[in-house]
Amino acid sequence: MRGGLTRQEIAKRAAQELREGMYVNLGMGIPTLVTRCIPTGLTVFLQSEHGILGLGPPPPPGQEDPDFADASRMPVTVIPGASLFSSAESFAMIRGRHLDMTILGAFQVSARGDLANWMVPERGVGSIGGAMDLVYGARRVVVTMEHVTKDGNPRIVERCSYPLTGRECVDLIVTDLAVIEVGNDGLVLKEVAPGETPQEVQAKTGAKLALSPELREIRV
Amino acid sequence: MVNKCYPSATAAVGDIGDGATIMFGGFGFCGIPDRLIEALARRGVKNLTGISNNCGLGGRGVDILVRNRQIRKMVATFPAQRERTPFEEQYLAGQVELELVPQGTFAERIRAGGAGVGGFYTRTGVGTPLAEGKERRVIAGEEYVLEFPLRADFALIHAYRGDPYGNLIYRGTARNFGPEMATAADVTIAEVEELVEVGELNPEAVITPGIYVDRIVAVGRAP
Repeated sequence: MRGGLTRQEIAKRAAQELREGMYVNLGMGIPTLVTRCIPTGLTVFLQSEHGILGLGPPPPPGQEDPDFADASRMPVTVIPGASLFSSAESFAMIRGRHLDMTILGAFQVSARGDLANWMVPERGVGSIGGAMDLVYGARRVVVTMEHVTKDGNPRIVERCSYPLTGRECVDLIVTDLAVIEVGNDGLVLKEVAPGETPQEVQAKTGAKLALSPELREIRV
Repeated sequence: MVNKCYPSATAAVGDIGDGATIMFGGFGFCGIPDRLIEALARRGVKNLTGISNNCGLGGRGVDILVRNRQIRKMVATFPAQRERTPFEEQYLAGQVELELVPQGTFAERIRAGGAGVGGFYTRTGVGTPLAEGKERRVIAGEEYVLEFPLRADFALIHAYRGDPYGNLIYRGTARNFGPEMATAADVTIAEVEELVEVGELNPEAVITPGIYVDRIVAVGRAP
């Protein structure tokens, strides 16, 4: 089958990076879908930057509480054992390197792991939110995104042309076509989507990919 | 007896004048001091500098003041929403100013403003356009930028319950920037859903101690 992973499948692949007991912050877009892909039986504490540790699923219809929303303004619940706190406490947690992982969306990622995800220059204004704190605060930064833009241009590039969110901060990139690790010597292609070849992935990537000795197909 | 209660939101914001710098609590639609902002809109003061995570959305919060053209400048972390807002239109037309701040730096600058901290170094923003022009320093082999505190003339915040001494507790994600903003303004005004008698709040559960709150007004629970 061709065409690469769906957004849900990208989220599912990213969720495979989660481990028991991890504290994780999920960004907007595809990362939000990761919430629904956490393997059954795995306990992961989701952090929301406006003051939740232990974010739960959305409430049943009719039971929404206006005082409980996620960072995308959608109604949420909290899990048993959750805690609530202020924004300064939340970012002390983030900046103090207490989070195990963050999964974020991106416009561009560079060969050395620079991330651009807060501003499209043509719009003239962008929103940073907590992204600049998360990329240097979380111990591991996973990016989920479409491999190319709507116009077919690579989002993985030698140098980002969009304003940076952080420098040399990305550890792993999960796209609809591939899973790529940002190594010390550049990008390493670890997995390709079913039906894709490493050559096809390279052709749609704006930076050189080294092939992992354990290169395999993405399984979701 | 100490009593910080005001009879109405209108009375509580009665001395906010043109050109004031004001912190507004709230994140998205959680914890917005709606009644205080509406009173400020009715007052019609102009040239305000707002310090708020968002720049208003959907006719609520700072959006009301932006539409009224009462805002001269915003200090914010998330001004652009998926949908285009009046703030974005005014900003792109050069009618309002924007100081864009990463959210952790925003929260910490407010905390510093309230705690008498003259500045702090953070990694956040290093290597990005937001670090341009800021003092840099390498600490333990890592690069940091210097950030300065934020203070305001007034802080307008929303809390769940409060007492006449100004002690506050919050609910859910409506807490967000409230506790820090309460500490960082010359005058802190809290609207609360429920005003209780002195002694009713469990001291162990108080989030904002009354020393930080100057005025309190009961506004009830939004429908």
